[in-house]
Amino acid sequence: MISALANPQRFMNLSRWLAPMMGALAAALALAGLWLAFAAPEDYQQGDTIRIMFIHVPAAWLAMFAYACMAGASFFGLIFRHSLAEAAARAAAPLGAGFTFLALVTGSLWGRPMWGTWWVWDARLTSVLVLLLFYLGYMALQAAIEDEAKGARACAILALVGAVNLPIVKFSVDWWNTLHQPSSVLRADGPAMPSTYLTPLLLMGLAYTLAFGALWCVRIRAEVWRRRAAALQLRSAL
Amino acid sequence: MMLDLDAGRYAAYVWPAFAVSAAVIAGMVADTLLRARHWRREAQRLEASER
Repeated sequence: MISALANPQRFMNLSRWLAPMMGALAAALALAGLWLAFAAPEDYQQGDTIRIMFIHVPAAWLAMFAYACMAGASFFGLIFRHSLAEAAARAAAPLGAGFTFLALVTGSLWGRPMWGTWWVWDARLTSVLVLLLFYLGYMALQAAIEDEAKGARACAILALVGAVNLPIVKFSVDWWNTLHQPSSVLRADGPAMPSTYLTPLLLMGLAYTLAFGALWCVRIRAEVWRRRAAALQLRSAL
Repeated sequence: MMLDLDAGRYAAYVWPAFAVSAAVIAGMVADTLLRARHWRREAQRLEASER
C-alpha cells in the first residue's frame, strides 16, 4: 500500500478523487455529529459545557494523530530519501498545529467554568503546549533553511525527536496527578460515557480525521506541484 | 429529536469554543485550497512556457 502510494503520479491520480470524497464525508459526519451533540441532554455535573467535549476531544486526537503522521513520513523521508514522504511530513505540520491550537483553546474555554481557571501547568496541558511548540519549531526550521534537502533532513530529525512527546501527552494523566481528567474513551475497560455522548463524539472524531485526511492529501498535492514548478524554473534557468 | 441550543449560563464559553473551531478549520481549508491552486497554476504555466 505504502510502496504503491510512494509513486508521486499514482498518488496524484488517487488523491484527485480521494480528497474531495473524504472532505464530503467529513462534512456529512460533522453535521450528523453536531446534530446529535446538541440533541444530547446536558450533563448532570458539567451542564451545557459538555458540548465543548465534542469539538475539544477530536481536536486533541487529531493534534496527536497529525504528529504521528508527520513523524512517520519524516522517518520514511529520512531513511529512504523519498520526496513524497518529505512532502507528506511538510504538509502535515500546519494542519497539526491548527488542531493542537484548537485543543488548547477549546480546552481552556472548557476548563474556566469547570476548573475555575483558564490554564494550569499540569502534565497534560503542558505536554500539549510542548506539542504545539514542536509543530511551530518544525515550520520555523523549514522556513529558515534555504537548501531544501538539508532543511528536510533537519526537520525530519526534529519531528522524530518530538515524537517522544506523544506517549507523554497520552499517558500524562496516568503518570502524574493532573487537573485534567483521565481518558474516557480510549481505555482498556471500554469507554466511560453513555452512548448519547459517545455516538456524537465518535462521529465528530471520524469527521475530524477525514477532514485532516482530505486537507493533508490536497497539501501534499500542492507540495508536489511546488516541487515540479521549482524543477521547471531551475531547468529554464540553465 | 429536539436541539438544545440554549447553553444558559455557560453560553460565554460554549459558543466561543465552537466559533474558534469553525474559524480555524475554515482557515485551514481556505489556506489549503488556495495554496494548491497557486502551485498547480504555477506548474502548469511553467510547463506551457517550456513547450
